Amino acid sequence: MAAPDTGGWFPALAVGVSLLKCLFINAYHSTDFEVHRNWLAITHSLPVSRWYYENTSAWTLDYPPLFAWFEFGLSHVARQFDRNMLLVENLNYASASTVLFQRLSVIATDVVFIFAVRECCRCVQEQKGSRDVLSRPSFVLASLLLYNLGLLIVDHIHFQYNGFLFGFLLLSVAKHLQSQHLQGALLFSILLNLKHIYLYVAPAYGIYLLRSYCFTQDNRDGSVRWTSFSPLRLLALGTIVVSVCALSFGPFIVMGQLSQVLSRLFPFQRGLCHAYWAPNVWALYNVLDKILAVLGVRLKLLEEEELPLASMTGGLVQEFQHSVLPSVSPSVTLVCSLLSILPSLVSLWLCPRGARGFLRCLVLCSLGSFMFGWHVHEKAVLLAVLPLSLLAVESREDAGVFLVLSTTGHYSLFPLIFTPAELPIKVVLMVMFSIYSFTALRKLHSGPVLRPLETVYLLGLFAVAFVCEVVFPLSPWQRELPFLPLLVTSVYCSVGVCYSFLRLYTGLLRHEDSGEKSKLQ
Amino acid sequence: MLLCMNECLLRVGCCCCCCCCCCVLVVLLSFTGALVCHNSDLQLNDFCAGAGKPPMFGDYEAQRHWQEVTYNLPVQEWYFNTTDNDLNYWGLDYPPLTAYHSWVCAYIAKMINPEWVELHKSRAYESPAHKLFMRATVLVADLLIYIPAVVLYCFYLTDGSSRKKVSTLFCFLLYPGLILIDYGHFQYNAVSQGFALWGILALGLGWDALGSMAFSLALNYKQMELYHALPFFCYLLGKCVKTGLTGRGFFMLLRIAVTVLVSFALCWLPFLSDPSQALQVVRRIFPVARGLFEDKVANTWCSLNVLIKIRFILSRDSQLYLSLVCTLLAVLPSSIKLLTKPDFWQFKLALANSSLAFFLFSYQVHEKSILLAALPVCLLLNDLPLVVIWFLQASTFSMLPLFLKDGLLVPYVVTSAGFLFFSVYLLSALERCTEDELRLGAYHKLLFFLPKMDLACMMRWKFYVSIAAMAGLSVASVALVPPPHLPDLFPVLVSVTAFLHFLGTFIYLNIVQFSRPPTRKSQKKIN
Repeated sequence: MAAPDTGGWFPALAVGVSLLKCLFINAYHSTDFEVHRNWLAITHSLPVSRWYYENTSAWTLDYPPLFAWFEFGLSHVARQFDRNMLLVENLNYASASTVLFQRLSVIATDVVFIFAVRECCRCVQEQKGSRDVLSRPSFVLASLLLYNLGLLIVDHIHFQYNGFLFGFLLLSVAKHLQSQHLQGALLFSILLNLKHIYLYVAPAYGIYLLRSYCFTQDNRDGSVRWTSFSPLRLLALGTIVVSVCALSFGPFIVMGQLSQVLSRLFPFQRGLCHAYWAPNVWALYNVLDKILAVLGVRLKLLEEEELPLASMTGGLVQEFQHSVLPSVSPSVTLVCSLLSILPSLVSLWLCPRGARGFLRCLVLCSLGSFMFGWHVHEKAVLLAVLPLSLLAVESREDAGVFLVLSTTGHYSLFPLIFTPAELPIKVVLMVMFSIYSFTALRKLHSGPVLRPLETVYLLGLFAVAFVCEVVFPLSPWQRELPFLPLLVTSVYCSVGVCYSFLRLYTGLLRHEDSGEKSKLQ
Repeated sequence: MLLCMNECLLRVGCCCCCCCCCCVLVVLLSFTGALVCHNSDLQLNDFCAGAGKPPMFGDYEAQRHWQEVTYNLPVQEWYFNTTDNDLNYWGLDYPPLTAYHSWVCAYIAKMINPEWVELHKSRAYESPAHKLFMRATVLVADLLIYIPAVVLYCFYLTDGSSRKKVSTLFCFLLYPGLILIDYGHFQYNAVSQGFALWGILALGLGWDALGSMAFSLALNYKQMELYHALPFFCYLLGKCVKTGLTGRGFFMLLRIAVTVLVSFALCWLPFLSDPSQALQVVRRIFPVARGLFEDKVANTWCSLNVLIKIRFILSRDSQLYLSLVCTLLAVLPSSIKLLTKPDFWQFKLALANSSLAFFLFSYQVHEKSILLAALPVCLLLNDLPLVVIWFLQASTFSMLPLFLKDGLLVPYVVTSAGFLFFSVYLLSALERCTEDELRLGAYHKLLFFLPKMDLACMMRWKFYVSIAAMAGLSVASVALVPPPHLPDLFPVLVSVTAFLHFLGTFIYLNIVQFSRPPTRKSQKKIN
C-alpha cells in the first residue's frame, strides 16, 4: 500500500517543502537580501563594539544582539562560498554564490521550524476513531504550517529568516502545551533577543506564566488562590529571562552602548504606516481621512492649499500628516494596542484555560498589536496566522477565523512580490494553499466552517485581485493613480483582519460566559 | 438496502473529492516547480544576451520566430526560403500542426503586444512580459492536452486503490525530464506526447478509431512521434487480424485507415493543393543531411564513437542504412510479439521497446528524444516501479549537459531529488521488489549456467550503485575541471553511463515482454 500509515508522512512533507524552497533560489529577492548581506559583513569584519555604530550602508543593524551573533555564525560558513560578500563596502553585492549561500542559509535554518512543527503536531488532540492519514488533525496542521504561503513568500522569495524565528516561537508554544514551562520560557527569551518584534506577544507570556505557573493552585471557583504563590518558580523564570538578556545585551551594557543599541532597535522616526499600508486599523483611518479631505474640498469646507501634500503611499518611509482627522502619534498607537489586548490578558488572568487559553491570548496579542501598532509591516500578520493554525485544527469556530485571516493576510502580502516572473508563482501558491486549507479544514470538522457572509467577503477578494492585477493596469487611471490598487488591497484586507480580530474576541468572551455558567450550574 | 447504497455513494463521493483535491494539488505543485524553473532560465538568457552572443537563442527564439513567420506570411511561404522567410534562421521544420499552434499563439501575442511578432524587427526579442507569455502558452497547452490525458490514464488504466492511483499520477506528473525541457529549455513536447497519450488511452479503452486519430494528430505535431508509430500499427493490425480479416476485422481496419487518412488530410489541407508544397514540407521535416548524431547523445552510435569513429569510416549513405537495419532489427521482436498477441500490456511494453530501439539505434537522434521513450516507460510506473524510476532518473541524467548549458542546474537537482524521493516513497518501490514483482523469472532460465542467486537483491543493489554513480557524475561535471586534452570528458562519461542504463532497460523490457504476462492473482497480491 502506498503512503504507509505509520507516521512516515512527516519527513515526506518536510523534504517536499524543502525542495520546493530550493526552487525559489533564483527568484526575485527584495532589499532585505542586501540587508542581511550587510549584516553578515558587519558582524564578520568589524569588532563587536562597532556593530551598532556602523552606518556605511543604509541598512544598519537593527535586530537584537543574539541575531547579530547568529549572522556572525553564518558569516563563517559564508566565507567558504564567497569572501567578497563579507566586505562592508561591497554594497548591493549579489554574486551567484552569494545568492546561493543566503538562500540555502534560510532553507537550512528552517530546520528549527520543521522541528517545532513536529513538536506542535504531537500536542494536537487526535480525534477518536481510526481516520485516514490525510484527514488527521496532525497531518493537516503540519501541512498548514510547513506549506504556509506567507512564510514561503516572505522567507524564500522576498528573503528573511522568519521560519527560523517562528521555529522558536512554535517550539516554545509546544513546550507550554506539553507543560514544560521553563523550557518554553527559555526559548521565548532567546526569541526576544533574536528579534524584538515578538515583544508584541510578551504580555501573553508574562501573564500566563505568572498566573498558571507561579501560582500552583486555583480556588474552587477558578479564581487565583493567592496563598499558592511559589517564589521559587518565579525565581527560576526570572533567572532564565535575566540571564538570556544579560548574555545578549550584557556586552553592550559593559561597553556603555545600550542607548545606541536601543535607538537602533526602536526607530520611532519612521511613519505611522509602512510604505505600503499593512491591512490594519490605520489603513482604514487613513482612507477615512482621505475621503473626508476630498469631500471637504468638494463641499468647499476646506481650502485645497491648506491641506498638506498627500503622499501617504508615496513609496518612501516617512512621516506624514493627516489632513482632516487628528494625526496619530506613537504614544497613541501604544495606548490603543495596550487597550486592545487588555481584555484578553484580563481574561487569561481571571479564568485561565490551560495552554490553549494562553495560545488564544497570544494570537489576540499579536493581532491587536498588528491592528494598532506603529509602523507595522504587512509581514507581521504571520505572527497571528501561524499560532492560529494550531487552534484551527482543534475547533470549528477558530477554523473559520483562520480561513478569513489567513486568506486576507496572505493576499495582503502580494504587493511584496511585484515582478512579472513571480506573478504565476504567487498566484499558484495562493490558490493551492487556499484550496488545501479550505478543503482540509472542512473535512476535518466534517462540515462547512465559514458563515455565508464570510464566504461572500472571501469571494470578493477574487474580484479585488482580478481588478487590481488585470483590469487596472489596462485602464486610464493607471497613470494618474498608480497606487490605487495598493490602497484598495490594503483597505479590503484590513476589513477582513479587523473582522477576524473581533470574532476571536467574541469567541473568547463567549467561552468565558459559558465557562461561568457551567460553574454556576 | 437503500441506506447501504447511500452510504456507498457517500464514500465514493468523498473518495472522488479527495482525489480531485489531490490532483489539483499535484498539478499545481508540479507547475509551481516548473514555473520557477524558468527564472533561472531567464537569468541565463539575460546573461547570454549580455555576453554578446550571436542572436541564436535556441528553442525559445525558434518558437518565437515561428510565431512571427506564421502570423505574417501566407501559408504557402511557411516552409519555403523566401525573402521574408530565411530558413537558415530557425526555419520551420516541424509538421503543420506545430505551425498552426504557433499561428494561434501569434494571434494572442499580437493582441497583447504587436512588437512580439513583428516581421524581421522582432528577431531575438526578449522581455520579462514576453517570457511570461511564452511560458504561459506552454502551461496552457499542458493543461489542455497532456495533464487531462495523464489523469485519465492513471484513473482508468491502472489498478489498485484510489490512493495508489493518485500516487502514480503524482509521480507521472513529477517526471523531471519533461518539466525541465518544456519549461526550462523551452519546447512544446507535452503537446505531442499528450496527443500520443490520448491515443494510448483511447486504445486502452477500446476506442480504436479515436485513438488512431489522436495519434495522427501527435504525428502531425512532431515527426519524432514516429518512435511510437510501429506499436500503434502492430496493435491495431493485430487486433483486426484477431477479429478476422475476412469479416468484422476488415471493416475495423477500413475504419481505422479512413480515420488516419482523413486526419492527415485535414492537417495537411493547405499544402495539398500543390505537390511541391507537400514535398517541401516533407523535406523540411526529415533533414537527412545532419549526420548520424549531434552533440553527445546517449545512444549506441555516440557511445561506440568512443571506440570506433564510425562517422569517418562509413559514407553517409551506408551510415543511414546501417542505422536503419539496426533499428529494424531492434524493433522487430517486440513488434512481432505484439502482432501475435495484441493486448494492452503488450502494447505498453512494445511502445517502450520500440521508442527505446529508435532512440538507441536510429539516425540523427537528439538527446531530448529520450522523452519519447520516457512516456511509455512512465505508463509502467504502477507495474514495475523500481525499474521505471531507475530508468526515468537515468533519462533525466542523460540530459545533464544540456541542462548545464541552459543554466538549469538547481532545478535539475531539486526536481530529480524530489522525484526520486517521492516516487520511491509513494510507490513503495523498494519494498515491492521480490523476484516475482520484478518479473525476473525468465532470467533464471536464461542464466541457467550460473549458480542460483537472489536476483531481486542484486537488482536493488545495482539501483543504489547506479543512483550513486549518477549523483557522483553530476557533481563531478559541475565541480571538476576536465583535463585540457579531454575537454568533453564529463559529457562523454554522462552519455555512456546513460547509454548503459538505456540498453539495460531495453533488454530487460524485451525479456519482460516475452516472459509470461502477470497473472491476475499476483496482480491482486501486489495491490
